[in-house]
Amino acid sequence: MGLLEMEAVTQRFGGLLAIDALDFTAEAGSITALIGPNGAGKSTVFNVLTGIYRPTAGAVRFDGVRIDGRDSAAIVALGIARTFQNIRLFAQASVLQNVMTGEHVRLHANLLESILHTPRQQTEERAVRERARELLAFVGLTGVDEAAAADLPYGSQRKLEIARALASSPRLLLLDEPAAGMNPTEKNGLITLIERIRERGTTVLLIEHDMGLVMRVAERITVLDHGERIAVGTPAEIRADQRVIDAYLGKPA
Amino acid sequence: MRKLARGVPPKLARGLLFIALAAILPLVVHDGGFVNFLTDAGAYVLLALGLNIVVGFAGLLDLGYAAFFAIGSYAYAMLASPQFGIHIPFWIMLFLASGIAALFGILLGAPTLRLRGDYLAIVTLGFGEIVPQTFLNLPQWTGGPNGLGNLDQPVFFGYRFGFNILPYYYVMLVLIVLAVVVAQNLRDSRLGRAWIAIREDELAAKHVGINTTTTKLAAFALGASFSGLAGVAYGAKLQLVSPDQFQFSVSVAILSMLVLGGMGNITGVILGSILISSLDRLILPQASNLIFALAHVRVDLSNSRFLIYGAILVLTMLLRPEGLLPNRRRRAELHAGTAEAMP
Amino acid sequence: MSLIAQQIVNGLALGGIYALIALGYTMVFGIIELINFAHGDVYTLGTFFSLAILGLLGATGELHGPFLIVAVVVTLVLAMVLSGLVGVIIERLAYRPLRNAPRLAPLITAIGVSFILQNLMIYWHGPSPLPFPQILPNPTYAIGPVQIAAKQAFVIVLAVVLMIVLQLFVTKTKLGAAMRATAQDRDAARLMGIDVNATIALTFFIGSALAGAAGFVSGVYYGTTWFFNGFAAGLKAFTAAVLGGIGNIAGAMLGGFAIGLVESLTTQLLSDQWSNIVVFALLVVVLIFRPTGLLGESLPTKA
Repeated sequence: MGLLEMEAVTQRFGGLLAIDALDFTAEAGSITALIGPNGAGKSTVFNVLTGIYRPTAGAVRFDGVRIDGRDSAAIVALGIARTFQNIRLFAQASVLQNVMTGEHVRLHANLLESILHTPRQQTEERAVRERARELLAFVGLTGVDEAAAADLPYGSQRKLEIARALASSPRLLLLDEPAAGMNPTEKNGLITLIERIRERGTTVLLIEHDMGLVMRVAERITVLDHGERIAVGTPAEIRADQRVIDAYLGKPA
Repeated sequence: MRKLARGVPPKLARGLLFIALAAILPLVVHDGGFVNFLTDAGAYVLLALGLNIVVGFAGLLDLGYAAFFAIGSYAYAMLASPQFGIHIPFWIMLFLASGIAALFGILLGAPTLRLRGDYLAIVTLGFGEIVPQTFLNLPQWTGGPNGLGNLDQPVFFGYRFGFNILPYYYVMLVLIVLAVVVAQNLRDSRLGRAWIAIREDELAAKHVGINTTTTKLAAFALGASFSGLAGVAYGAKLQLVSPDQFQFSVSVAILSMLVLGGMGNITGVILGSILISSLDRLILPQASNLIFALAHVRVDLSNSRFLIYGAILVLTMLLRPEGLLPNRRRRAELHAGTAEAMP
Repeated sequence: MSLIAQQIVNGLALGGIYALIALGYTMVFGIIELINFAHGDVYTLGTFFSLAILGLLGATGELHGPFLIVAVVVTLVLAMVLSGLVGVIIERLAYRPLRNAPRLAPLITAIGVSFILQNLMIYWHGPSPLPFPQILPNPTYAIGPVQIAAKQAFVIVLAVVLMIVLQLFVTKTKLGAAMRATAQDRDAARLMGIDVNATIALTFFIGSALAGAAGFVSGVYYGTTWFFNGFAAGLKAFTAAVLGGIGNIAGAMLGGFAIGLVESLTTQLLSDQWSNIVVFALLVVVLIFRPTGLLGESLPTKA
């Protein structure tokens, strides 16, 4: 059984069929990619996975547990974290605070302890801060702890968003077009980062348009077109798949 | 953090110094009127600190905040006075009324959870009108337009407060210190970070596992509880409560204090609060004399309160929207969207 | 039953005033997504302007015949123009610089402007209510079971006429089309060559002029005015705009009359005090449960 399983998931918006009876699996410990031409429904899939939409039909299972239609915050608590296509940081908070906030769901301090700053809460807070620093170092963002998130350059903001997502210790990390706007050096760095994330024990699922990057980093690729799955397989298989080529006019980036 | 030789961090040292000065002040300055003014200003500092949690931390624009002030005061007026013959001691009322106010914070906040910025503001404004109007319309309970008087005076270990302003002053000071500590502790905690997350990007906040419902309700509840405290202290000092103490202009005055001082910044909020109170009660009455002395023109500024508040709001928003003591980063956000940008 | 019918007539007269004010709220919200908090005070200014103009005309009591018509027309037009100008000035000075600021900034500024206007009116005529000349002769006409006072007929007819003129303007003229385009998509409108700043200024002018008309009408109807009128009337008119569907002109008209009816029926059935609470409660309920209003204008989704 895969860590993440989508079974015949359908998503309609009024008359528009965004996802059509999609079957999809991501195995634990894998790096899987979801690709397809613009408008294929990829971001919609992510939005279904993180509870922004309740699917019109079908089931989504995370480690055997049904998560379709559940509240986003609950899904995060179960172990799924994501980044967004158009970066959604806490702009006016500091870099460090963004990551610390990401740890929210793993913390235990209750209201009274927070008001009183009990020793137990203070210990936890120190650990939160320490862990946030580790995560920032892990993604390669050093020396900017106190900068406002909005003040960072674009590439750093993407890294920050990933650090924040990792802060909740997710078992599954959804990356929505993480390479958008990156130069080749940054993209190499991203590939390394994704692999290191997997090494730490987090399964990765990414949406990407950069074919070259996808081919290098993903072990398994699912291709969507007009909401339908048209192919699934290894990078080599997908590269050779005629349906995929037709859907894309398959040019690597 | 740099520490002084004794190991006390500078911020704490400044705070203690301030408290010490404030404690000595009424013993040195023998002006009952001035101490009275400070006590009233203190109530407004409490109110501003409370509103700062709702607006400054969590980003929920509440235009009807005076309603909780009213609830705190009326709770005291009904439970510690001849009205119903109930005489709960002042010290217990502090807890009780802040709890009641917190409850109403949740009650009045709950319907607003899915509303966005300006609609939220208008709904809270609506509640802000409904609450005092309701008090006005239930004269058998609340004394109607005349309000309730003859409220109990606090008693401290046998010492009755009486009409001496001094004990009220110290009570207010203690409450303010308490409020500042609580506000700071909240700000630097898991909940404080959750509030800021909601303020910045609610969707992203949900996606780090924040339960926006309980987090917002916590902001309303805690913010309202400060008001409840202020209401009890103010009502006990004034010995009287009436509906016209809680009009929209009061909510706006408190908001002005935040806007002027810097929303989200605790020190800024205190500064803004003291400035506006001073402007209103000290400077404005004297300004007429000053202008007469300078220009020999008799100008009556006693009717200019609305103009001052309005001008503060407009000018601050246009010229320095981040307030006097900004959250450094807010300045960047706010200036990006003003006159320099395209229409 | 005739009591209810009577209250319906009263409600329609009240509603006419609210509808005229609501139109300003809805047009401004439609075009720049701002709740113009100061709009209610422009309405009160309209009454104050009318007072001044009537004073200049020497009209202090009931008027008749041609002089009545001249006085009404001159006062109405001048009050509308002056109020319209006030609206334009406010927009230019206080709202335009904040057009791209976070949403709460112009709202807070609008509150400030409202306060400033109120204080200016206190300077002008003091903090107490003052009388407005009863220039309209006020015989009552019986139509079936109800009595309509001439004043009521005046309010209703004038309100309806102005609304029809507005509707024609917005739907049939080029400027009106520019307003509608700018409300839908400001950037696209600019790309089409529409002068967005001028169009917004025009919207404010018209909305404020209508509030000014409401101010004149209100003075004639109630025979009194007060600097603080705009607060309650503004909130109620805003409720009307939201009830009808904020951004929707027909909705504002419908909403205005509806709120007028709610108020007069509540006053009749409960009391004057409670009618305020009922209307405010209605505001809260509509915003929470049906924020798009009755005629559900789809709101711009830029969050």
